[in-house]
Amino acid sequence: MISIQNVYKWYGDFQVLSNCSTEVSKGEVVVVCGPSGSGKSTLIKCVNALEPFQRGDIVVDGISLADPKTNLPKLRSRVGMVFQHFELFPHLSITENLTIAQIKVLGRGKDEATEKGLALLERVGLKAHAHKYPGQLSGGQQQRVAIARALAMDPVVMLFDEPTSALDPEMVNEVLDVMVQLAQEGMTMMCVTHEMGFARKVADRVIFMDQGQIVEDCAKEAFFGDLSARSERARQFLAKILQH
Amino acid sequence: MNYNWDWGVFFRSTGIGEETYLDWFVAGLGWTIAVALAGWIIALLLGTLLGILRTVPNRWLAGIATCYVEIFRNVPLLVQLFLWYFLVPDLLPEPLELWFKQDLSPATSAYLSVVVCLGLFTAARVCEQVRTGIQALPRGQLAAGHALGFRLPQIYKDILLPQAFRIIIPPLTSEFLNIFKNSSVASLIGLMELLAQTKQAAEFTANLFEAFTLATLIYFTLNMGLMLLMRLVEKKVAVPGLIAVGGK
Ligand SMILES: Nc1ncnc2c1ncn2[C@@H]1O[C@H](COP(=O)(O)OP(=O)(O)OP(=O)(O)O)[C@@H](O)[C@H]1O
Ligand SMILES: [Mg+2]
Repeated sequence: MISIQNVYKWYGDFQVLSNCSTEVSKGEVVVVCGPSGSGKSTLIKCVNALEPFQRGDIVVDGISLADPKTNLPKLRSRVGMVFQHFELFPHLSITENLTIAQIKVLGRGKDEATEKGLALLERVGLKAHAHKYPGQLSGGQQQRVAIARALAMDPVVMLFDEPTSALDPEMVNEVLDVMVQLAQEGMTMMCVTHEMGFARKVADRVIFMDQGQIVEDCAKEAFFGDLSARSERARQFLAKILQH
Repeated sequence: MNYNWDWGVFFRSTGIGEETYLDWFVAGLGWTIAVALAGWIIALLLGTLLGILRTVPNRWLAGIATCYVEIFRNVPLLVQLFLWYFLVPDLLPEPLELWFKQDLSPATSAYLSVVVCLGLFTAARVCEQVRTGIQALPRGQLAAGHALGFRLPQIYKDILLPQAFRIIIPPLTSEFLNIFKNSSVASLIGLMELLAQTKQAAEFTANLFEAFTLATLIYFTLNMGLMLLMRLVEKKVAVPGLIAVGGK
């Protein structure tokens, strides 16, 4: 579903991604972790072409991002993305947040879009809030709406960039529950997160990044099971975050 | 000071038919409003376009908009008005020049000059407000728009501008009021707007103080009215739960 092939990216002289390669197959859940500044967000943003890269290629559902003929907006409409800071549109009601892209990007009718949006809102447990505005919801609720908004586009894959790290601790689980449910339903997911509980529960693979490189890329059981086989840097990182 | 105030002067006949001096003020107010509103429409449309250009990821477009702002903000308004009225018509192609100088009535040609002048001058200021408003939004809003598959023009229209305009209603209001006040420069090229009518009434009646007091009151009431109107607009578009917007 996603094939990342020898991707390099620079910001000016600064190399952010260095020879990154990995595959995410259909239905797979891959967790990406690593220290701050290691390039996790950058990598995941490259997957839906929010960030350009200079070398290598990324192929999403058979479409090459490096190909200049690729219709990037169309590709992005099929890749769901959830941001750390939710990024709901604050001037639109929850219902409008859920329908605007369906209507204006996919060309769906208003009734169809609303029906779909409300069904997804119900799925994330927020149907009663349809007429509110994002500013009237808690962080956890906003993030669940943001997930529903992405799902409304019928994405072939969902990307998450630290979806719970801007949340108060008591709201983390309501968002993780939605993500777990999504994973169990077979959604292809690539998640940047430090929630190792989530990784243990639903991830198929774990990728560990450091200084722009993919240092580890292995099955969940191996990643958490056999620490001695892990690189020094991954062990240090795990020791730090598993303490919490 | 020993001055005999005479407020009855406004209801006295000017000697031309049934006309009173008050009618001059009414006519002047009419021109003032006509100048300001037409100029504001130009300023809002062009200023918004320029403000957008200053924020797009294209150095050329942003550079053009920046030049525009620097030129129109830094040349005094009166100089701009004289350029538009006295110089620009001479630079027009001949048929247009003749049309402007001979076919149009003096009032119409002065009106066109001052509307264009105020519109373009105020556009530079509106541009800066719009740019500030767009730049005040979190970068993630643009990213979220892209991530949902929107194209850049749609992102501006449906996501960025509606938020930016809500943020900049207060500074835009003061530009809106400014254009009414600035419209008084039109009196210098002979357009009989409120200030010109006031001067004329003062000279004809010798009731200088009454005339300028009335003009002051009219400008003041007009501005207060516009301010209240903008407050209503602000309230109307306020988004529930959004603190940055709506003032409370
Ligand atoms: N627009 C930019 N210009 C220059 N450098 C950037 C830019 N965006 C990110 N970087 C740098 O690229 C590196 C990788 O950033 P990235 O956001 O991908 O890290 P991350 O792994 O997601 O970190 P975090 O856990 O803090 O979110 C960092 O060193 C960052 O400073
Ligand atoms: Mg990040």
